[in-house]
Amino acid sequence: MSDHSGKGRVLAFVIMVATLVLVAMGTLWPGETAIAMENFSPRLLPVVPSAQGAVDNLLQEIGRRDWQAAYSGLANKAEFTESDLIRDLMGDHGGLRTYATLAGYDARPVHASAEEAQFRAILRWSTVLGTFQDQRDLKVVRGDEGWQVVWPIVKERPVPPQVIPVNYLRWDVIYRGAGDDWGAQDVDAPHVRIVDMHPVDHLGEGTTVLGELLNDDAVPAYVTVKATLLGKDGSSLATEDAFDKMSHVLLPKQVTPFRIDFQNVSLSHVDSIRMEPISNLVAASADPVVAIQDQQLHPSPESSLTGQLVNQSGQTVNIAHVLATFYDSGGQIVWVSDGYADRALMPQSPVPFSVPVPSDLSSKIANYRVITSTYSTSRLQ
Amino acid sequence: MRKACVFFALIAFVIAWAPFAPAQDGELQVPKTLVAGSSFSIPTQGSGEAELYIVGPGGVFRRKVQLGQAVKFRGGEITGAGNYVVLLSGPSSSLQARFDVVAQKPDALSFLGKPSRLPVSQNDGISGVVFVFDALQNLVLDPVSVTFDLKDGSANSSKTVQTQHGVAWVRMNSASKSGSAEFQAVAGDLRENRIVQMVPADPCTLRMTARRAGSQVFLQTDPVRDCNGNALPDGTSISFTETRNGRIAASVEVPLKRDVAQTQLPAYDGAVLSVATGVVMGNEIKVGATR
Repeated sequence: MSDHSGKGRVLAFVIMVATLVLVAMGTLWPGETAIAMENFSPRLLPVVPSAQGAVDNLLQEIGRRDWQAAYSGLANKAEFTESDLIRDLMGDHGGLRTYATLAGYDARPVHASAEEAQFRAILRWSTVLGTFQDQRDLKVVRGDEGWQVVWPIVKERPVPPQVIPVNYLRWDVIYRGAGDDWGAQDVDAPHVRIVDMHPVDHLGEGTTVLGELLNDDAVPAYVTVKATLLGKDGSSLATEDAFDKMSHVLLPKQVTPFRIDFQNVSLSHVDSIRMEPISNLVAASADPVVAIQDQQLHPSPESSLTGQLVNQSGQTVNIAHVLATFYDSGGQIVWVSDGYADRALMPQSPVPFSVPVPSDLSSKIANYRVITSTYSTSRLQ
Repeated sequence: MRKACVFFALIAFVIAWAPFAPAQDGELQVPKTLVAGSSFSIPTQGSGEAELYIVGPGGVFRRKVQLGQAVKFRGGEITGAGNYVVLLSGPSSSLQARFDVVAQKPDALSFLGKPSRLPVSQNDGISGVVFVFDALQNLVLDPVSVTFDLKDGSANSSKTVQTQHGVAWVRMNSASKSGSAEFQAVAGDLRENRIVQMVPADPCTLRMTARRAGSQVFLQTDPVRDCNGNALPDGTSISFTETRNGRIAASVEVPLKRDVAQTQLPAYDGAVLSVATGVVMGNEIKVGATR
């Protein structure tokens, strides 16, 4: 009995010693995989042995929102504060970035020497409104503390204090009262009409209905468009609406594009389409005004429409939705695409945007039109 | 539930059987026409007990009666206008009669004025329909003279029509001046009002001016009006576009404020500025010419 007990103690002692030795080895000579591990704490590693490791460390810390670690590991942290770094990456003023999480990244070396390296990092952020990418060219330098990233900080130009006069426009509606009899008239819904519509079969992925809707009335309208595909026997094949591929609040005489996707219905099976533009009176505001500048159409292979949004009003726009309509040389709509600005629009401060364009259509595009719809937490719109 | 079924089956049987039933001595003395809500009585002859049924559009009345006495109905018991059948079912035979209940004098107008909003100068763009009711919500079928008045700030148009089967209707033109108009239907001392908002039509001309200041060009429309001179409402979206080398370089949508829209865009030499609203295009200006 005592002999078995002695052997057990020896075995336990050997396992404990072996564990301690392995932990010490792993700490002193960690592998690349260990460095890239999600929960690895770089503060245990005073010296980063490679430029790639420094970039990976930083991006993982950003993904974990471990701002203190990320900031303390930068080579140029004397040039800005930790708050500046957070604002650069996560935005502020309730912009889309403030709700984003880093879903992943790619960091590829562009140039490397013994003392310095260049990386192109693409950060993929995810939000409830979709994903967006952030491309940063990172310089990595070798110093006394090993490899460190020089963060290309982008500081937003602060808006100078000022008073911007706004003639605030709004519409109020008196609806039919509960006590009115059936003959009492109610106010009519805004008159809207579809000024263009046609279906396309894009890359054989289904049927897409493209078009434009005009608020033909003198009051603002909340609009949506529903389409029903009808088969050759008159039966309904599918019904969809434009969801976020249109601007839902239209001022008088404003035009919005719309795109309705039917993923699983081939255009060859469609005989006709029943369109239902729906409009409702809505309390709306005519502000803010957003100009779209520096619009540029970039050709294939990564075709896109880029530009800058400039908020001409004094109100902060938290989230801006960009809708682009693309036309061929005959003026017919070939595609409708959308995107979101990832930062809040401060007054008079340009914010870049990018809207994807299908590569196969970029050669057909002769012209385009861009509109924005805005969302501000300070105002229900 | 069973009692109700038996009751309605009995009513149906009585109505179906009534035309073939042998008549009692004499006839039911019922007024040919009654005004809704009024009191009346039906004299009966003979002796013994019987049941009196009155079947009309508003329901069925059943009352036990003593033959030889008049059956009295108080005011407010028969309120629905329409054609009624009276059946007196006695122990050995039954009697029947028919009478009409007509509406009282007009007491209320149900007025449908459509649309609530329309562009100016639309021929027959406004429709007004009036249903004339009495105090008991019966449609008044006797002809009633209804006057439709459309009053905007400056003009007044009026049409008088007679109701047919309780309904009167008109079509009227919208005014040439924008604003809210009062649309009235008048029948005797009854009056109902509706508001019809006349809004400007599409702009007749859309014209802008441009002034370059350094790297920016300031754009402003002339007051935007329709062909009748009505100013388009504030908030109307005006779209400014700057085209450079055949491609759109900048654009902005600006709401009208105090009849004009104004904005600023980057100034590119040789760029072409254009303005539009809805499906109406305005003039074009080439940047550089405005220096």
